[in-house]
Parts: sequence; C-alpha cells; structure tokens
Amino acid sequence: MTRGARAARIALLAISFGFLGLLLIAPLGAVLAQAFASGFGGWLSSLADPDTVASIRLTLLTAAIVVPVNTLFGIAAAWAVARFEFRGKSLLVTLIDLPLAISPVVAGLVLVFLFGAHGWFGGWLIERGFSVIFAVPGIVLATIFISFPYVARELIPLMQQQGSDDEVAALSLGARPWTSFVRITLPKIRWGLLYGVILCNARVMGEFGAVSVVSGHIRGLTNTMPLQVEILYNEYDFVAAFAVASLLALLAILTLVAKTLVEWRSRTAGR
Amino acid sequence: MVRGRIAAPSVLPGFGLTFGFTAFFLSAVILLPLAALVIRALEIPPGELLRLLADERALASYRLSFGAAGLAAAINAIFGFVVAWSLVRYDFPGRRLLDTMIDLPFALPTAVSGIALVTVFSPGGWLGGPLALAGVEVAYTRLGVVVALVLIGLPFVVRSVQPALVEVHRDLEDAAESLGAGGFAVFRRIILPTVLPALATGFTLAFARGIGEYGSIVFISGNLPFETEITPLLIVTRLEQFDYAGAAALGFFMLATSFVMLLAINAVQGWGQRRLGLGAGR
Repeated sequence: MTRGARAARIALLAISFGFLGLLLIAPLGAVLAQAFASGFGGWLSSLADPDTVASIRLTLLTAAIVVPVNTLFGIAAAWAVARFEFRGKSLLVTLIDLPLAISPVVAGLVLVFLFGAHGWFGGWLIERGFSVIFAVPGIVLATIFISFPYVARELIPLMQQQGSDDEVAALSLGARPWTSFVRITLPKIRWGLLYGVILCNARVMGEFGAVSVVSGHIRGLTNTMPLQVEILYNEYDFVAAFAVASLLALLAILTLVAKTLVEWRSRTAGR
Repeated sequence: MVRGRIAAPSVLPGFGLTFGFTAFFLSAVILLPLAALVIRALEIPPGELLRLLADERALASYRLSFGAAGLAAAINAIFGFVVAWSLVRYDFPGRRLLDTMIDLPFALPTAVSGIALVTVFSPGGWLGGPLALAGVEVAYTRLGVVVALVLIGLPFVVRSVQPALVEVHRDLEDAAESLGAGGFAVFRRIILPTVLPALATGFTLAFARGIGEYGSIVFISGNLPFETEITPLLIVTRLEQFDYAGAAALGFFMLATSFVMLLAINAVQGWGQRRLGLGAGR
C-alpha cells in the first residue's frame, strides 16, 4: 500500500467512525445512561407503573394481531406475484410498496377520515357503540397500514429467484397443493420469511406517527410503548421515559442481532 | 396471454385464492383509506383548497420539510459514501459490528431516536454542551431537524451504495493507477461513474423518507410555527384543532408528494440500469 493510500484509509476510517459514533452510538448510549440514571431499582420501578405495564401489554397485543396478518398477506402476495404472470402485476407491486413512501401521519389521517366521528363509516359505527379512532382497533389498523409491505418485499424477489420447478415436480407426481406448499415452498423460503417477520415486528412495535394520530393518548388504554415514552418525556419524567425507551432500544438491538443471524444462516443454507 | 383471463395459464394452483386475497386486502387496508382522504380533500372548493395549501404557515412548513430533507440527504450522500467505502474496501476490527449498526435507524423506534437525539444535542448534553460553547445550537432549531433526518436517512444511502461499490472493477482502478492516474482521478473517472446511480437512488430514498418523517423530529425541533414546524406536525396540529379541511388539504399534498417521490425513485433506478447497461456494452 502506498503512503497516500494508507493516509486515505486512516482519514476515511476516522470520518466513518466519527460520523457513526456521533449519530448512532452516542444517542444509543444516552438512552441507556438516562434509563439507569437512578440505578437498576429506579429503572425497574419505572417499568412497574400500571400505565406503563398497560402500554407494554397493548404493544404486544398489537404485534400479536398485526404481524400474523401481514405475514399471511405477504405469503399470499408473494405467491401470486412470483409464481404467475398477470395483467397489472407491476402496478400491484408498486401498490404493495406504497405505504413505505407515505408519511406515517398521513397513514393515521386517512383512518380518521374513514372511522372518525365525521368519517365515512365512523358515525354509523359509533352509533352502534364501536369506536375505531381513539381506541385499540384504530391502532391495529394504522399499524397494519404502515407495516404492510415488509414480509411481501422480502419474499417476492426470493421466490422469483427460486423459481417453481420443485413445486411443479411435486404437483405432477400427485402431491396435493397444500402438501406441496408446506413440504416444499415453506422450507425454501423460511429464512427470507423469518427476516421479513423480524423487520415487520420491529416496525410494528416501534411505530409512533401513525399510531399517535389515531390513539387519542388515553392513559392505560390506548397508549402503546412509543406513545408512553412521549407522554412521560413531555411530563419531564425522564427516568421513566428512558426506561421504556431502553426496552424499545433493546428490541431494536435484538432485531439487528436476529437479522444478522438470519442473513448468515440464509447464506450458509443457500450453499 | 389468453384473452379474457387475468393470468396466463399455469400448472401451479392457488392464483385465484392468493391474488384475490392480496387484491382484497390491499384495497381494504390501503386503497380505501387513501381514497377517503383524496375525496375529502377534493370536496373542498378549489379556491379554498388552494388557500389552505398556500397558507403562510403551510408554506413555511414545506420549506422546512423539503429543505431539511434535501440537506440531510445530501449530507448522507457524502458521509454515507465514506461509510460504505470503509465497510467495503477496508478490513478493520469491528467492521462486522459497524455494518450491523448501520441498520439501527431502521430498527430503533423513531420516538426513541427523537428523545435520544435531544438528550445528546441539548445544551446540557454530551455534544450539545461543546457545540453550545462554539455557538452552535442544535436542539429546538432547524439544524436539529436536519440532524434527526441525517440519522433516519443514513441506512438508505449506505445500503444502496455498498453493493454498487462491490461491483467497481478493481482492475480498472489498478490499470488507471499504473498509467499514472492520481487517487482523485481514479475516484472521479472510475469509481464515481459506477456508483453514481446507487448514490442517486440512496439520496432519493433518504429524501422521500425525510419529507414524511415525524417521530424523530418532533422532540428535537421545538415545533415553533413558521420556524421549526414540519408539514406532518402541522397536519397533526390542524387535526387536534378539529380543522379537518386543513388537515385533509395538507394530507392530500403529502400524499401527492409521495406518489411523485415513488415515480422519482423508479426513474432514478431506471436511469441507473440503462446507464450501467450502456457502460457494459461499450
């Protein structure tokens, strides 16, 4: 390596480390430092607050509904798009990606116009005692909207690349469609599927903007964990806000670890 | 394709079921709600709609949202390129860890990024303190909005540029160097042309995401009307004041912007493919 190349290497690495240190490491460190500012006991007692427990429960409930729904959708969409030629396919793929381009606030807003008190269906539903906006169904719908593409996006290119020869062979040998799907398709796509589910789950549990518009911020009832972080922070209860934030940061780190493992597994499994 | 059929014939089963479910779910969950917003906005008389869209406060919010997103995407194009270069070309301790960390802004909930950035950049914070001494205020200023958007946009640029950098022909670089080209000439004549489409894609993706970003910004920006108020926040404010027409108009504008950005992303990617395809044929 020439002296110039070595100098460039040192300079570029220093810039990279400096930039990522300021932008990624410092904020992550700040969350943890603030969360444990009054010790482990303080952290634990912040999390034991009933409203915080309720927010954790709501976030888990939302994920338990939304992730399976979007996984099912992702598999169906990938099967239709990757296995068949049909008119309007590229339009369908574009529409599947659409939520990624839309502001989360707009995602919440559209639900207000459908299900709010003055929305298309809101009045009718509210007369019958069923609230969507400022209630759990609105949170679930908003979360489905914003996390909708994640599984489909991972599966479509994977299944297109894998082709359908194995399935055709199984079917021509008399396998039932469901058997062929469970025994051949699922094992082939499992790592990509898991990857999509992990990313989808991270987005679902962490969503803020869309949920914030439809939730109404009712303590103990319609606050998810990110909304609970906001409320506690705005009340200057920093230890509690960062305690909840540290749980979400932990979720993010686990997501990255799982993602790395899955990438590594799918590379070695592909060989 | 056979006339009168949606799909070309195939021995594989399940087209009707999966396509039907996909189309139904997409329509119910995405298209119907979007239609509700569009119709709501178009019910507003045109003159009134224009007045709501061109309102002074709205104009100030567009300037901030688009300006900060553009500036942040440009900063990311430069630093994201350096980071991608370091990850692809250099081997150093902690490279795998750093590579994994790039996706942190994707995985970290935006509200957490938001309060973390304020803590670091407020005058009492680790970085805000030294910066305040130097006369630079980040928290509760427009600069804070840019910082939040740099964080959010970083993975888009790095993840777009990384695969393109792998594709750069090292032998071309070596040949150029052996013919006496300096480091900068190699960068400008060989590396940049190959990576430019990916860089443009990353810039556009980061810009598109930045325009709509909400969670990471609202904590650090201070949310002052005309000063540090982004368009998504103005939508939320209008909604909280029960100004549904105002919220619908701005939401409609943001939605139209999203479609334009999708077209722009497709155009940039198409340009990149044509450009690289041409380069290979020469």
